[in-house]
Amino acid sequence: MSAQVTAKIQLAAVEKRFSSARGDEQIAVSQLDLDIQAGEFVCLVGPSGCGKTTLINMMAGFDRPSSGSVVIDGKTVTAPSPNHIMIFQDYGLYPWRTVLGNVLFGLQARGVPPAEAKGKALAALELVGLLQSIDKHPHELSGGMKQRVSIARALAVEPSVLFMDEPFAALDAFTRLHLQDEVLRIWTEKKPTVVFVTHDLDEAIALGQRVVLMAPNPGRIQRILDVKLPHPRERTDTDFAVFRKQLFEEFHLVHRQANQTAEYMI
Amino acid sequence: MAFGLKKLILPLITIAIFAAVWQLAAGKYPPEQFPGPTDVLKAIKELADSGVLWGHIGISLTRFGGAYLLAVTVAIPLGLFLGSFTRCHAAIDPLIQVLRPISPIAWFPLAVLWFGIGNAPAVFIIFLAAFYPVLLTTISAVRAVPKVYLMVATNFGAGSRMTFLRVIVPAAFPGIMVGLHIAVGTAWIHLVAGEMLGAQSGLGFMIVDARNFLRTDQIMAGMLLVGLLGLAIYKGMKAAESYIGRRWGIVA
Repeated sequence: MSAQVTAKIQLAAVEKRFSSARGDEQIAVSQLDLDIQAGEFVCLVGPSGCGKTTLINMMAGFDRPSSGSVVIDGKTVTAPSPNHIMIFQDYGLYPWRTVLGNVLFGLQARGVPPAEAKGKALAALELVGLLQSIDKHPHELSGGMKQRVSIARALAVEPSVLFMDEPFAALDAFTRLHLQDEVLRIWTEKKPTVVFVTHDLDEAIALGQRVVLMAPNPGRIQRILDVKLPHPRERTDTDFAVFRKQLFEEFHLVHRQANQTAEYMI
Repeated sequence: MAFGLKKLILPLITIAIFAAVWQLAAGKYPPEQFPGPTDVLKAIKELADSGVLWGHIGISLTRFGGAYLLAVTVAIPLGLFLGSFTRCHAAIDPLIQVLRPISPIAWFPLAVLWFGIGNAPAVFIIFLAAFYPVLLTTISAVRAVPKVYLMVATNFGAGSRMTFLRVIVPAAFPGIMVGLHIAVGTAWIHLVAGEMLGAQSGLGFMIVDARNFLRTDQIMAGMLLVGLLGLAIYKGMKAAESYIGRRWGIVA
């Protein structure tokens, strides 16, 4: 796998409106501006309803903003691209394909010749430590292993951006910590731009160079935290605790506001 | 041991009790009215020895297999198509819902009028019996393909051909298998009905023919054979299913 091409994501006045069943309009994301540098690791955190999933879907091209623009590498995003791969919480693995077959999928879609595709797929599987399991089917794997397969599938096509939508939310605490370290290791090695959505504040501080805290009603950025700690981060360090405290305080503020708004609405 | 007990001994005990009760009950009536299991076994042997039995079984199985395969080859592509195109499905679904509750047997008078007496009406009825279960399960299997499968395909830039052949079809496959399974059952049941009404051969005809000669033992022999062959077909289907399931990576 050669050096990754880096990307830069620019969100300008991005807004997403939905009409609810009752017919009134709801603003999922409101007038949001955000620049993400090439090779940066950015975490989006926030309570449910803050529009973080809507936002990452718009960046990945699965959803279009109602107004404003999402630009990656100078090009407006209008559809998903094989250069910007999304990792889903529920893996999206194909159960009828083996581990190797799943990782090959993206390469086959791109028309890579079989021999070359196999080489790339094996390299990606080696990177996530799954060379022993290439002939297994997804139902034979644990949740953590499944997510490794989907990460390998993404890495095999050498994307410049990785979008990760709560990728570890369904995993147990140990597996989660382990995979966080794995993602950091892969990121350090390949340096793709990573946009990582989570509702776990600790996870955000452990991973992100910047943590974007979002607030609901309407979905917006509350605060951007620069986590100036070198990777890999020791979760028990005092510096870690300082950032953690900052983020938690800010988060409680968001929560209080959200609850108050909810009360007003009642 | 526990395996043998569950799989073999317990069912055998049930069958033995069933046969004993049947024999006892049959003893109270003249054999022309209610033959016992021994009479029925004798009738099977008689039919087998005379050679007519194998002909009837062969014809029934051929009709069943042919009509079933025909139904499957029409229903699966149509189901894949209707499942993929929401608008076509919305347009055609009401028609399907009206036609489906009509018992295939209700088509019999028309089938004879259109196709005459012989193979065709029976094949037509089996076809109908197998067609709807396969069609409907295929449609719902395609519509139930998880959205994330399609998102992944789009994300990696898979074209519509690759998405259809290598994502939608395999993802729908287990659901389609359920339809194939149900259809085997309904088709086999309707085979006998179809042959009783319009055919001059086959197990269904054999039962009707036996009635015309008041051979109650042969009627029951026919019924028993229909049941046994149905069981054999069901077992074969099960074996095929688990084989495919393993290859598909669905069943451990």
